[in-house]
Amino acid sequence: MLNQYPLWKYILLVVVLLFSSIYALPNLYGEDPAVQVSHRTKSLTEEDRLLVEQTLKKKQIPFKSSSVVERHLLVRFNDTETQLQAASALKESLGKQYLIALNLAPATPEWLRALNAQPMYLGLDLRGGVHFLMEVDMVAAIKRLEESLLTDIRTYLREEKIRYRGVRRDDQGLHISFRKLENLQKAASKLPRQFRDLEFTEDEENLTINAKLTEVAIRNEKKAALQQNVITLRNRVNELGVAEPVIQQQGDNRIVVQLPGIQDTAGAKKILGATATLEFRLTEGSRSEWLDAEESGRIPLNALLYHERDGSPVLLNRRVIVTGDQIVDAASTIDSQSGTPAVNVRLNSKGAGRMGDTTRENIGRPMAVVFIENKIETKKVGDTVTKHRTTTKEVINVATIRGQFSNRFQITGLESMEARDLALLLRAGSLRAPVEIIEERTVGPSLGKDNIEKGFISVVIGFCLVLVFMAVYYKAFGMIANVALTANLIIIVAILSLLQATLTLPGIAGIVLTVGMAVDANVLIFERIKEELRNGNSPQASIHAGYEKAFSTITDANVTTLLAAIVLFTLGTGPVKGFAVTLSIGILTSMFTAIVGTRAIVNLLYGGREIKKLSI
Amino acid sequence: MTQNNKIKINFMNKRKPAMAASLLLILVSLVSLFTNGLNLGIDFTGGYLIEAGYQQDVDVNRVRDALAEAGFKDAQVQNFGSSKDIIVRIAPRDDINKASIGDSILEVLNSTADEPVNLRRLEFVGPQVGDELRDDGGIALLVALGGILIYISLRFQLKSAVGAILALVHDVIITMGIFSLFQIEFDLTVLAAILAVIGYSLNDTVVVLDRIRETFRSVRKTGAEDILNMSINDTLSRTLVTSLTTLLVLLALFFLGGEIIHGFALALIIGVVVGTYSSIYIASSTLMMMHIHKQDFLVVAKEELVDDNP
Repeated sequence: MLNQYPLWKYILLVVVLLFSSIYALPNLYGEDPAVQVSHRTKSLTEEDRLLVEQTLKKKQIPFKSSSVVERHLLVRFNDTETQLQAASALKESLGKQYLIALNLAPATPEWLRALNAQPMYLGLDLRGGVHFLMEVDMVAAIKRLEESLLTDIRTYLREEKIRYRGVRRDDQGLHISFRKLENLQKAASKLPRQFRDLEFTEDEENLTINAKLTEVAIRNEKKAALQQNVITLRNRVNELGVAEPVIQQQGDNRIVVQLPGIQDTAGAKKILGATATLEFRLTEGSRSEWLDAEESGRIPLNALLYHERDGSPVLLNRRVIVTGDQIVDAASTIDSQSGTPAVNVRLNSKGAGRMGDTTRENIGRPMAVVFIENKIETKKVGDTVTKHRTTTKEVINVATIRGQFSNRFQITGLESMEARDLALLLRAGSLRAPVEIIEERTVGPSLGKDNIEKGFISVVIGFCLVLVFMAVYYKAFGMIANVALTANLIIIVAILSLLQATLTLPGIAGIVLTVGMAVDANVLIFERIKEELRNGNSPQASIHAGYEKAFSTITDANVTTLLAAIVLFTLGTGPVKGFAVTLSIGILTSMFTAIVGTRAIVNLLYGGREIKKLSI
Repeated sequence: MTQNNKIKINFMNKRKPAMAASLLLILVSLVSLFTNGLNLGIDFTGGYLIEAGYQQDVDVNRVRDALAEAGFKDAQVQNFGSSKDIIVRIAPRDDINKASIGDSILEVLNSTADEPVNLRRLEFVGPQVGDELRDDGGIALLVALGGILIYISLRFQLKSAVGAILALVHDVIITMGIFSLFQIEFDLTVLAAILAVIGYSLNDTVVVLDRIRETFRSVRKTGAEDILNMSINDTLSRTLVTSLTTLLVLLALFFLGGEIIHGFALALIIGVVVGTYSSIYIASSTLMMMHIHKQDFLVVAKEELVDDNP
C-alpha cells in the first residue's frame, strides 16, 4: 500500500523533536542579575563561596543562590538593585586580589543544566556592550625588535673587543660601520653565529656591514607581538571586571575585544588601547646645564633631552635603569607624607638587582621617572591611508636618591586618575606593540533590550501570519505544514543553543526569513498534489507523486539559497555572519521538517487506507 | 475536486512590453547608481554614528548648532524612530580620526539637555575597515553570482543558467537602484539582504526552470512559447504563495523589527517583489530570445536520469 512509513522513521522524528524541545527549552527561562567573583591568581573554591555568602548575610543583602563555575564564583540576585549593592559590598570587603564583575546569568533550571542545555548566546547588539576591533602596529613591533638587536650588537662588539665606528638603524635595516677593514672582517665572521635572526651582507667599499631581519624572524616577531598583546589585553579586561569577555586574534594583525554589558566605554577604551609605561633613568649634569642644552640644542653625547610636565627641560642618561616590563605589581595609593596620589611598585628580581646596584652607587644623585605613551592614528586623505605614530615621553618626577632600595618603592607626581590607570596598566603588563582601535560598536543596554523585544515580536507575529495563511489556503494540509513549521522553529533554536552560536539582530531576521521561506517546500509539494489530483489521479497516488516530483525541485532551490548563505558566512563579518548562520541552519532544518516531517503526518493520517477526497 | 482552477494566463505574448519595462527600470537604476551613487552607511565609508535618547523631545537644530560650535560642522543630525531620539553621523575627516571622538560628541549631546542623554548606540569605523568591508562586500556579490552560475550550468544547461543569472542581475540592479534613487542608507545589513535576495530570487527562478525542463520533456509537438506559458502557469500559484508568505514575515519585520533592521527588511521586500516578477518573465523571456528548443534539454537527459534516481 502507498504512503506508509516504516516505524523507525516515526521513532527518529519523535526522538529529534524531543531532543530539540529539551535543548530549546532553556531559552524560555530568561536571566538572573548576578555578580561574578574571581581571583587574580587562583581558582575559587567552596571556601570562597562560604566567605562570600557570609559577607552578604552580614550586610543583609538577599541573594538567590551561589555556585562555583569553572574558575570563578557566581552569585545570583532577584533584581539589579541588590546586584549592584552586593557588587560594591563585595568589592569593599574581599580585598584587591578579588575581581568583581556584573553579569547576567541564565536562569536555566538545574535539571536542564545537568544535560548541558544552555540558552542561545546573545550577541552584543542584543545584550548591550562594546565591540572593538584593534589593529596591532606591526611596523612598530619590528622596529622595536631591531632596536633591541642594535643594543645587543653594540654590547657584543664591545665584549669581543672589535672596534667599530657606529651602529645605526633605518628603514633598510641595521648598519654597522668600521674604520678598518680587518675589524669589519672579524665582525663579519662572528656576528652571523651570534645573531641568527639577522642576515648580514658586507659592504667592504663603504666599510659597513648591513643586517636585515630574516623572513622567519619577522614572522615570529609578528606572531609573538600579536600573542602577547592578546594576553595583555586579557589581563587588562580582567582588571576592568567584565564578565564573559571575548578577546580573540583575527587575521595576522588584528584583535577583537568584546565586552558585554560594560557601562563606562570611554574608560575601557582608554585602558585597552593604552601603551603607557615607565622608565627609570639617572639625570645628567645640573639644572643650569639642562637649560643651556635646551637653548643651544647641544646635548651631551651620553644624555637625552626630556621635559617635565611643566615644560622645563631635563637631561637624562642614555642608559635605562629599569623599564615597565620589569614591574610585577603596582597599586595606586596616597603618599602618606605629601598626601598626593602615588603608585606603589614592585620589581622582578632582574629589575630589583639593577635598581639596587644603581641606587647604591648613586646616593645623592637625582633619578627621574619617565612616563611613556605611544599613540597611533590612521588618517585618510583622499584615497591614501597613512599612519601617524606619536610617542610622548614626560618626566613625571625627579627625586634625589636618599638610600639604596631595590624591589619596592613609590612613585609620585601623577594625578589620581592617572595613578589608578597606570597601576592597572603596570599590573596587566605592557603591550608589545601599540594597538589602534579601528572599529568600535557600542550598544547601550536599553537598545539591546529593545532589540530583543522587537526581534521577538517580529518573529512571533510573522510566524502567526504564516500559520493563519497556510491554514486558510491549504486547510488540513496547511495545518500539517504548520506543525512542521513549528517543529522547524524549535529545531533551529535548539541547534543555535547547542552550537552556542551568537544570536544577533540580523540573526533573528534570518530566522524570520526562514519561517517565510520554510513553507516553500510544502507549497511546492501541495501544489504538485493538487495538480496530480486535477489530472485525475487518486488521492493516494497524488500524495505519493506530489512528494516524489517536488523533491528535486526543492533540493535545487535550497542548494542555491544555501550557496548564497555560505558566501555570506565566509565573507561577512559580525552581524552579517549571524544572519548567514541562522539562514543556513534554517534552510537545512526546513528541508527536513517540510519533507520528512509533513510526510510522516500525512502518512499517519491518510496512508494505507482508502480515501476519496483530500482537504487541500 | 479542488476549487482552485488552473490559472491560464498567456504570459509570453506580453513578454515584449514586460521586457521593455524591465529594461527601463534597469536603465533608470543604472543611471541613478552612476550619478547619485549609493548613500553608503558608515560601515563602508568609515566615520561615526551615535544614537542617543533624550528624556524630552529634542530640537535637532539646537543639537546641530552645539555640535558645530564644538568643531563638528559636518555633523548630520536626524530624529530616529521618535522625536526623543536622535542619530548623529559624522564622516571621517583628515583631522579627526580617533576612536575617542565618540566620547567628545557624547559630551556635546549631554550639554544640550538637562539630564544626561541615554547612549543607545555608538559606532566607529576606521577608514581601513570601511574600505575593506566595501571590497569584501563587492567580492561577496561576485562570488555568490559566480557560484550560482556554475551550479545552474551543471544542474541544467547553459541557456537556463544565462536566463537565471540575467534574472538575478536584474533583481540586484533594480533593488540597489531603488536604494540609490531614494538615497536610502546602504549599510552592511542591506548588503546581507541583497545576498539573501540573490538566494531567494534564484530559488524562485529554479522552480520555474525546473518545470520548463520537465514540460519540454513530457509534452510533444508544441512550440516553445506554449511550453513556457504552460510551465509558468503550472508554477504560478506556488510562486505567488511563497512570495506572499515571505512578504508576510518581512512586513512583520519591517514594521515591528525596529529602526536598525528597516533597511534590511526593505531591501528584501523590494527584492522579493522584483524577484517574483523576474522569475516569471526574465528567465523565460531570455530562453525565448536564445531560441530554446526541446533538443537543449534532451542532450542533458541522460545525466538527468542518473541525477533523479539516487
